[in-house]
Amino acid sequence: MRDAAVRSPQARGSSAVDASVLAQVDAVIERYRGKEGALIPVLHETQEIVGYLPRCVQSRIAGALRIPESQVYGVVTFYSFFAMKPTGRHKIGVCLGTACYVKGGAAVLQAVKQASGADVDDVSSDGRFGVEVTRCVGACGLAPVLSVDGDIYSRVSPDSVPEILARYT
Amino acid sequence: MDRVKLVIDGQSVEAQRGATILEAARQAGIDLPTLCHHPALGGGGACRVCVCEVVGAKNLVAACVTPADDGMVVWTNSKVVREARRTVLELIIASHPQECLTCVRSETCELRRLASRFHVDPVRFARRREPLPKDESSPSIVRDPSKCVLCGRCVLACSVVQHVGAIGFAHRGIETTVEPAFGDDLASTKCVACGQCTLVCPVGAITVKDDTDAVFEALSDETKHVVVQVAPAVRAALGEEFGLPAGTDVTYQMVGALRQLGFDAVFDTQFSADLTIVEEGHELIERLNNGGPLPLITSCSPGWINYMENFHPSLQDHVSSCKSPQQMMGAVIKTYYANKAGVDPAEIVSVSVMPCTAKKYEAKRPEMQSSGYRDVDFVLTTRELAVMLKQAGIDLRNVHHRDFDHPLGESTGAGEIFGVTGGVMEAALRSVAFALAKRPLEGLELEPVRGFDGLREAELEVAGRKLRVAVAHGLANAEELLRRIESGEKEYHFVEIMACPGGCIAGGGQPFSQDPEIRHRRASVLYAGDRSKGLRMSHENPAVKQLYREFLGVPGSRVAHELLHTTYCHGAPAHGQPATARDVSKTGRSR
Repeated sequence: MRDAAVRSPQARGSSAVDASVLAQVDAVIERYRGKEGALIPVLHETQEIVGYLPRCVQSRIAGALRIPESQVYGVVTFYSFFAMKPTGRHKIGVCLGTACYVKGGAAVLQAVKQASGADVDDVSSDGRFGVEVTRCVGACGLAPVLSVDGDIYSRVSPDSVPEILARYT
Repeated sequence: MDRVKLVIDGQSVEAQRGATILEAARQAGIDLPTLCHHPALGGGGACRVCVCEVVGAKNLVAACVTPADDGMVVWTNSKVVREARRTVLELIIASHPQECLTCVRSETCELRRLASRFHVDPVRFARRREPLPKDESSPSIVRDPSKCVLCGRCVLACSVVQHVGAIGFAHRGIETTVEPAFGDDLASTKCVACGQCTLVCPVGAITVKDDTDAVFEALSDETKHVVVQVAPAVRAALGEEFGLPAGTDVTYQMVGALRQLGFDAVFDTQFSADLTIVEEGHELIERLNNGGPLPLITSCSPGWINYMENFHPSLQDHVSSCKSPQQMMGAVIKTYYANKAGVDPAEIVSVSVMPCTAKKYEAKRPEMQSSGYRDVDFVLTTRELAVMLKQAGIDLRNVHHRDFDHPLGESTGAGEIFGVTGGVMEAALRSVAFALAKRPLEGLELEPVRGFDGLREAELEVAGRKLRVAVAHGLANAEELLRRIESGEKEYHFVEIMACPGGCIAGGGQPFSQDPEIRHRRASVLYAGDRSKGLRMSHENPAVKQLYREFLGVPGSRVAHELLHTTYCHGAPAHGQPATARDVSKTGRSR
């Protein structure tokens, strides 16, 4: 509908992402253009470049791949891997799989939230940490498990959390 | 033909290979319940209401997506099936608001019917989700996501049938919703307001914006002169709302009912359909003589206009500048009629009854008031008119038959067939051929442009000139036609596009139906109406002639342009995305 023009996501959101970054995104789209099943790999690579998938980037991908924005948004919100908000410099994952949960994962998560200053699926105000809850990482023998930027910490106690996070600046 | 033999509920059944168990069962007279599968859309596998037991299968299967196979033994009504079905319904109802008494779909809700058919009682589970906010941003369509059962029918209708994709599934698990991208409201999407989603929603999650109260209010205001116009497709379907068989022509009952409801005058949109043909025919002949731009594309379907503006803005010069018949009638009512009837146009409330939800949006377009007054004040859908009549205690089967008021109630057969895909093309060709050859076409009924194939084309020779025409209905078909035109694969002089599959007879505001034959039945009313009329070419309409004589002058005159034409596409396309079309005129194919 036409009255939407003023509220267009592109009009609103383009400035959020740098032009040189958008050029890289365009190059990714170009590589996949016309290929079947392009959407997920394009989103994946775009997230690696931009760090997350803001709506202006999703609109850009939808336009270039000639698919509805609603479909792009549907995929982005379906997979927990994709983020619509910026993530922190360091990504903390707290496992709340069954084993980690019964071994005190919830308390570890509480300690992580406190020490990092970030809520789940959120970023600390200084942009240093982003926190997310992960599903089972397959290391149940080491429960509870915490990961920071892919480093795995096992049998974590809530008390040890501040010391672990201090290693990431 | 390759057939399979199976046994359903002890009954031997034959079905075509590839048919689903559901289709095979229905063929055998066993009506399995469905909530997500819809005959017009296919789809399915989501709601699990149609589960059946297949002997040898590990689990119950969804009949709507499981192919019938040779030797299969199926039980559709065993204890385990009944229990599973009831549990599925119980779970769906548990996350559905219990507002059935007051829901607008109360009487037509498929979920409520299934709950009562399978005697779901009690619902043991508590509601798990917080209510979601209603979206009333669109002038045509209201979304109430709290009522959504996630069947996916609207998503299929919007993305596959209409190639729009304004709504889709988002989020996951218990959080799953059907919504526009980014959780925006509908008005900020590329929704074309066709309302096909409202026709297939099994519950009250997507409905038409209700304007019945506003019209009742106008009717009870004694200072107002309230007039109504009715589109051709309404008379072909309104009877269904009153228990009459599909395909019943209720023209005169409908006029009688509108009179009884209190309208001061009842006019026929078929009159302005004739007027549209005179203006659009004139435009086509001008373009044929002056080198284009061609093809000329019809403009009477506002869903199509929205689609063009949102997805193919470069085509705007190809689209006829004619307003739709609804808007033409509106403009004529507040000028010519006001003057003739001696009524101050400011006191006129102009209502239209349409098979269409996009007409509500069209009537609200800011430019639709070139007379200084809104062309049309309120638009009711066929379903809303039925609601009003029922509220007023008027039974269509039981009213005095009346005829339309003069002079805006006169119409030809050509105006009548406007309501079905191909009808505008046929009506236009009858008059254009007459204008070019100075005699009527040999057969007035143009079979090649009739029927329900998604894309149809024809070539006819008129006064030594070959005219190539094409018809598309349903926007996915329109998209394909535009692709062919834009790629240069096809060249046409004149193209008719209607947004809804089948045309207005199956518009988003028409009565609900899952009858696969419904479009044929409704179309037969309009074609019969055409055959029964003495005059079957729009330019012969005596009231239209009189209108030109007394007021407009000649087709395409300055007054006609001011009141009856408009400019589409003056706004930016909704999302400023790269247009999916190249400009047709750039291909240099003006003919």
